[in-house]
Amino acid sequence: MKNAAQNAISATSGVLRTLGMTFMHSFRKRDTIMYPEEQPYLPPRYRGRIVLTRDPDGAERCVACNLCSVACPVDCISVVKTEDETGRWYPESFRINFSRCIYCGFCEEACPTYAIQLTPDFEMGEFDRQQMVYEKSDLLISGVGKRPGYNFYRVAGMAVGGKDKGAAENEAEPIDIKTLLP
Amino acid sequence: MATITIDGNQYDVDDTENLLAVALSKGYDLPYFCWHPELHSVGACRQCAVKQYRNDEDEKGMIVMACMTPCSDGGRFEIADKEAAEMRSQVIEWLMINHPHDCPVCEEGGECHLQDMTLMTGHTQRRYRGPKRTHRNQDLGPFISHEMNRCIACYRCVRFYRDYADGDDLRALGSHNNVYFGRDSDGALDNEFSGNLVEVCPTGVFTDKTLGAHYNRKWDMQNAPGICTHCSLGCNTSPGSRQGMLKRIQNRFHGEINHYFLCDRGRFGAGFVNRDDRPRQPLVRNADGILEPRAMDVMRDTMESVFAEAKGVVGVGSPRASLEDNYALRHLVGAKQFSNGMSAPDAAASRAALAVLENHSGQLATLREIEECDAVLILGEDVTQTAPRVALSLRQSARNKHHEMAAANKIPKWHARAVRDIGQTHNSPIFSATTHATRLDDIVVEPYRARPNAIAALGFAVANALDATAPAAVEPLDQDAQAFVDAIAATLKGAKKPLIIAGTSLGDPSILAAAGNAMRALRTANSEARLFVTFNEANSLGLAMMEDRDVDTAFAAIEDGTADTLVVMQNCLYERAPKARVDAAIKKAKNVIVMDHSLTRTVGEAATHVLPAGSFAEADGTLINNEGRAQRFFQVFIPDAPMQEGWRWAQDLAEVAGHKPDWIGMDDLIAAIVADMPQFAGIQDAAPSQSFRKFGMRFPRSPHRYSGRTALYANVDVRERRPEVDPDSALSYSMEGYQGVATPPALMSYAWAPGWDSNQAAITRFQDEVGGHLKGGDPGVRILRVAAGHSAFADATIHPVAGWQAVPIHAIFGSESQSARSAAIVERMPAAEYRVNPAAAKSLKLTAGDTLELAIDGETHAFPIAIDPSLPDQTVGVPVGMHGVCGLRLPVEIKP
Ligand code: SF4
Ligand code: SF4
Ligand code: SF4
Ligand code: SF4
Ligand code: FES
Repeated sequence: MKNAAQNAISATSGVLRTLGMTFMHSFRKRDTIMYPEEQPYLPPRYRGRIVLTRDPDGAERCVACNLCSVACPVDCISVVKTEDETGRWYPESFRINFSRCIYCGFCEEACPTYAIQLTPDFEMGEFDRQQMVYEKSDLLISGVGKRPGYNFYRVAGMAVGGKDKGAAENEAEPIDIKTLLP
Repeated sequence: MATITIDGNQYDVDDTENLLAVALSKGYDLPYFCWHPELHSVGACRQCAVKQYRNDEDEKGMIVMACMTPCSDGGRFEIADKEAAEMRSQVIEWLMINHPHDCPVCEEGGECHLQDMTLMTGHTQRRYRGPKRTHRNQDLGPFISHEMNRCIACYRCVRFYRDYADGDDLRALGSHNNVYFGRDSDGALDNEFSGNLVEVCPTGVFTDKTLGAHYNRKWDMQNAPGICTHCSLGCNTSPGSRQGMLKRIQNRFHGEINHYFLCDRGRFGAGFVNRDDRPRQPLVRNADGILEPRAMDVMRDTMESVFAEAKGVVGVGSPRASLEDNYALRHLVGAKQFSNGMSAPDAAASRAALAVLENHSGQLATLREIEECDAVLILGEDVTQTAPRVALSLRQSARNKHHEMAAANKIPKWHARAVRDIGQTHNSPIFSATTHATRLDDIVVEPYRARPNAIAALGFAVANALDATAPAAVEPLDQDAQAFVDAIAATLKGAKKPLIIAGTSLGDPSILAAAGNAMRALRTANSEARLFVTFNEANSLGLAMMEDRDVDTAFAAIEDGTADTLVVMQNCLYERAPKARVDAAIKKAKNVIVMDHSLTRTVGEAATHVLPAGSFAEADGTLINNEGRAQRFFQVFIPDAPMQEGWRWAQDLAEVAGHKPDWIGMDDLIAAIVADMPQFAGIQDAAPSQSFRKFGMRFPRSPHRYSGRTALYANVDVRERRPEVDPDSALSYSMEGYQGVATPPALMSYAWAPGWDSNQAAITRFQDEVGGHLKGGDPGVRILRVAAGHSAFADATIHPVAGWQAVPIHAIFGSESQSARSAAIVERMPAAEYRVNPAAAKSLKLTAGDTLELAIDGETHAFPIAIDPSLPDQTVGVPVGMHGVCGLRLPVEIKP
């Protein structure tokens, strides 16, 4: 009997306390902002609109390796690889179907070149779903995004676009197969 | 048998095997590089380290290389041992020190054995920051790309190329830390099996250049179980595609045929599927002689009136089309109006070959079995050019002697280096009689050269030497030749497993009769004796079994006016009869309806109506390979064009012609074939039926991580397409369905197993034992009847030609009409030339390079002369199937 009464009192006070706390919020500073007149602050690592960045030399960073597309849980990225005349891989086409994208950021995590990056821009609403399909021209920006400095081809061993064998970072001169010297 | 313990589990294992092979067979994930089920062990990479304990008391154990450790009875091994695992991860780390940061731009990525092994050992972070060794690459020709930086120096490439395929121009160059795997200088790799480097090399050093030109990752490809259509052997392939484009051909393991290796014609010859000039919609020739496109329904009406007005229809089938396509055409035109589409000599030779096969159907070697034969006689076939994969098997059979010598010294078969050292140049004997020097001559005992009829005479003489009751050739051989014959007979008699090889490429039925006699003589004494017969095209044997009438009967029907409409199924008339005859028939015929997938000369010049039929990549079908094995190939992708299977076209035409067949899908059609033609009983079992399911599921064409599905066609319409449903097979056009080891082998579109992404390593999980046979049986059914008792000897009739004779010179790259339309193959096609020996050149008053104009079988070509001392006198070697020469009508008499 005693327990029942105690329970009733503590439950009621709990409810009243919550109501009170909620009521007190009316006197606090508002978190809601008058979007879109007022824009929220979103940290750089917020996962919104996806872009393709360029390397510090201004060339396309994406090498069309297809790791983003295979990592994508909703399969909304399609990349078609091609090569320029120097053997540099780049995407002939790069398409993201944003009407399927769940902004999980797996593609960014998978990307070995820092090409694909999610940005804090989330204003992507469209009336026509077809407009949610972005091609490379819609995705490619002119900057390096969150990763200044990194250029995949300066690290990779392939000879491309003026970079010869042995000219990448931490590479020795190509071996001379004719030498017998130790 | 031996009992060994691995990680505490006891197994009864084959004691002639090494520990690595056994561990893999038992399902252990044990990393390796230099070992390969066909190349065996050399212990070079140090990757397969395990702990071996001396006895039950031994607690310390020692690290050994699993691939170099015999499975002796009582052996106790630990794979999971901490020290061994550490060693394996350190070995990888050391191999990776110089490895470039290339995976994203490496064609191997996603099916890279090195990636797999790196992950398997747990070496996931690079610690080394020092400078990396680099290399310059070479241009290795149209088939293969070279990126030497990625090499881990496992030596697999040279062990395959030099030690297995007997190639010479790829070698390990340089020394110590500078080893380099390449050629002396840039240039196309010379060996006919170079494409296998793509799969043998565990890294991205050697990659498929034709794939690189329109690259996709393995996980993004839609595949299907394929059968190579570029010769009669029927090697199993796994063609990969994406978005309606054929990307590559990969090997599909078959324990009785190709096992791990294909030839370069098969691997790089499928480019014709992607050609722009293919007919991709129904076409009708207008008054100006131009082919105009027609909509499907319009074409239907057109065809209706064509058949209504036709006064007699004849059908020309094709030895390069499936049984289904041919049978549907036969139904359309009626059995009596159907011809097998082969040229008269080819048909005669194929019939003779079929007769020999049937007489000895219990004795037919599989391609794999050739490797076990210890004495071989080749009659007439230049196998490297006509049935290339045979040459690779023969090269292994030559090494039986090495294994014999090794066994006598108690050296196990897997100890590759020791077996080689002990064998040196002691080969098992291979005798070969051909019209000219061949690429196999390096392993042939005294190559014998003669004209086709003399080769037949030699064969008859061998039969006679083996068994005196066999008829000898009419004219006695000269003394030297008789001595040679006696030597051959003695060797074959003394062999444990002798083999006779013959084929139809010389177009001479008597060679096949001679092979049959030799076989008949051999098998009475030795039940292990084997016969292997090759044909000219992928379904030549099937067509020989289906129909006796050859293409000439179709021409005769047009010529004598009994028919005015010619229906051609995937065939080029100009390849089958003299140009003059074809031209006359076409002129006389009112309509020439051609169902084909390529712009052949018949489509381009002769057809009045063209119906675009699917190639092997756009159709299902059954082919009968050279040993009478019915094998099913499946559609790889659905073309984005109004095309359909040849048999569907024939079915539609039969409907408008007023005799609609009662079969609808593939199963029905196959059942109809079997019911109608009992000789094909069994083909229904070549693959599970279209309604077969596992746990209610179909079998996927694509790997489970097929990507981009919701974006691929989003530019056209953002709403996803419905996955296509396959009405003809149990496969699905997606990654959905049952994936696992219980997939019926005939429905395995690609090989993948958890942790094993590369084709050659993943397949292990689907084999009864590593390198053995597929679990559930190697696909296909041998359908030849086993003849009761021994047949009689055939008469030793030959038809000697007194004067000049033109003989066919086949080429792996060029002589087969479909692959000859593929860009990479075209680059490797030999130059157009007539070959004669010096004496012949002298009597013609010509020297090398001079142009010779020659009328062969009603067709004149002018080619430069090349001197080939290996050819017999008064013999002109003619390139066949290329440069406008239609080859399957040789040999013939000529008057230069
Ligand atoms: S993962 Fe990066 S580099 Fe690779 S395709 Fe995607 S965006 Fe391009
Ligand atoms: S060989 Fe393998 S590990 Fe090396 S770069 Fe290519 S994919 Fe990566
Ligand atoms: S090229 Fe490939 S197969 Fe040859 S040694 Fe290097 S990694 Fe091994
Ligand atoms: S040997 Fe014949 S069937 Fe085999 S891959 Fe070569 S061409 Fe194809
Ligand atoms: S696989 Fe055993 S040492 Fe290379």
